[in-house]
Amino acid sequence: MQLRQGTFSHLPDLSDIEIGAQIRYALLNNWPVSIEYTDDPHPRNVYWEMWGLPLFDLDEPDGVLAEVNACRSTFPHHYIRVNAYDASYGRQTTALSFLVQRPADEPGFLVVRTEPEDRRQRYGLRSYATDVRAGARYRD
Amino acid sequence: MPGRTQGSGSGFRMYRPGAGDAAGSGSNHTEAHADSDPSEIALPDDATVDLSTDLAGKNVEDTLARLDAELIGLATVKKRVREIAALLLIDRARQRFGLQADRPTMHMSFTGGPGTGKTTVALRMAEMLHALGYIRKPKVHTVTRDDLVGQFIGHTAPKTKEALAKAAGGVLFIDEAYYLFRPENERDYGQEVIEILLQEMETERSSLVVIFAGYPDRMETFFSANPGLSSRVAHHIEFPDYTREELLAIADVMVAQQNFRFGESAAAAFDEYLAVRMARPRFANARSVRNAVDRCRLRQANRLVQEHRPLGKADLMTLTTEDIYGSSVFGDRVGAAEEAPACPTE
Repeated sequence: MQLRQGTFSHLPDLSDIEIGAQIRYALLNNWPVSIEYTDDPHPRNVYWEMWGLPLFDLDEPDGVLAEVNACRSTFPHHYIRVNAYDASYGRQTTALSFLVQRPADEPGFLVVRTEPEDRRQRYGLRSYATDVRAGARYRD
Repeated sequence: MPGRTQGSGSGFRMYRPGAGDAAGSGSNHTEAHADSDPSEIALPDDATVDLSTDLAGKNVEDTLARLDAELIGLATVKKRVREIAALLLIDRARQRFGLQADRPTMHMSFTGGPGTGKTTVALRMAEMLHALGYIRKPKVHTVTRDDLVGQFIGHTAPKTKEALAKAAGGVLFIDEAYYLFRPENERDYGQEVIEILLQEMETERSSLVVIFAGYPDRMETFFSANPGLSSRVAHHIEFPDYTREELLAIADVMVAQQNFRFGESAAAAFDEYLAVRMARPRFANARSVRNAVDRCRLRQANRLVQEHRPLGKADLMTLTTEDIYGSSVFGDRVGAAEEAPACPTE
C-alpha cells in the first residue's frame, strides 16, 4: 500500500535531487518551507508534528535538505512531508505539500462500518498501523 | 531551471552559467569547443583544449578587469584572485578530458586593517567563483558573531544552521571572526559555532565557501586557538594598508562616482589633508577617505547655501580647496589656535 496524500503521491518516490528542485521552486516563489512528521496516516489527520520552525528567507534548498535529513535520521519510521506556504493576499494557504519519507511497510486501511439508529450505515476508515501505540508503529 | 547541472549522481555541482545557451559550431576532431555538453564524452588523449573558447573564462576576464579597475592597490590580492581563477579554469579543462580531481578548497581568510577592502573583495570573489562554476550563486551572506552565537543553551545551533542555509550555494562572509571564540569565558557558546562550521567546511558536497575576515593579530590568535579551522582555510590573504597615492586615487574614484569633481588645486589640498590625517590615530584607510569626501560635500553644501546666488551645474559639482581646508585637522594651522579640534577625525 502506498499512501496517496499530497502532491506527487501517485509518482514513485522523489530522489533527493528532485526534492531539492521542488523546494527550490517553492523558495523562488517566496514560499517559506516547513517540515512535518507523523506516524498516523489517516487522511483526516491534518496537523502533523512540526520539525522545527518554518524556514524563512531562504533561496537555496541546501538548508532545507539538511533539515529533512536530520528529521529522517531522527524518525526513520515516520511519514515526513514538506509544506510550502503561500502568504500572498487572496491565497494565504499551503501552496505545495509532498511526502519525502514513508515507512518501509505501510499496512493500509480498514473500512469500519457502524450502525447508528435505523440500521443506517456509517463508514469510517481505520489504519492498521494505529493498532500499535504511537511511536512504536512501523518498526521492523 | 536556469543553467544546467553536470552529472546525474553528483547533485548540485559545477553549475555552468555559459553552457545552457551556447551554440556549438561544427567541432573538429582534435579541437573541441567548451560549450558542448561535456558530461558524457571525455576528449581523446591527443585532443587540445583552447581555453579562450571557454565562455566562463570570458566572464572571469570581465570580473578580473573590473576588479583591476575598481580596486586600487591590493597587488597581492589581485594576484591571488588571478591564480584562483586560473586554477578553476584549468580544472574545467581537465574535466573535459575526464581527469577528475578533488574539488579544491576555497575557504579563505582575509586579514587587514579597517577600510582596506575586505568586504568588497569578498563580493568580487563570489562573482568570480560563480562565473567559474564553483558556487551556484554570486551571493555573499555577511554575518558577525551575533548572527551565529545564541544567547542561551540550544540557541546556537539553529542560529548557525540558519546562517548556513541562507548562505547556501554562495559565500558566507564572517566579519570579525575572532569574536567567535573567547577562551577566557567558559559560558561562551562560540565553540559550538566553530564546530558546526568545521563540519560544514569539511563536507565534500558542501556548496558553500566561507571567508573569515578581521584584523591580522587577532586573527592570528583565533587561528592558533583553532588548528582545525586554520587547516581548512586554504587561502590566507593579507590586505595591506593603502599608501597616500593610492588613497588619493581612491578619493578620485569616489568623487567621480558621486558625480563630483575636484576643483583646481583641490586635489593637492586633499593630498595635504591626507598627509595630516594619516598621522592621526584611528585612520581607517578607504573608509576614512569616504567620510572625508562626505564631509567635503557637507562643507560645499554649506558654502553654496551661504552664497545666496543662483547655482549652475559646475558649482554643484565642484569641490573647492575651501571645502577641503575647512576640515578641523587643519584647525591648528589656519588661525584658530585657541580652539583645539574636538575629535581628530574632522
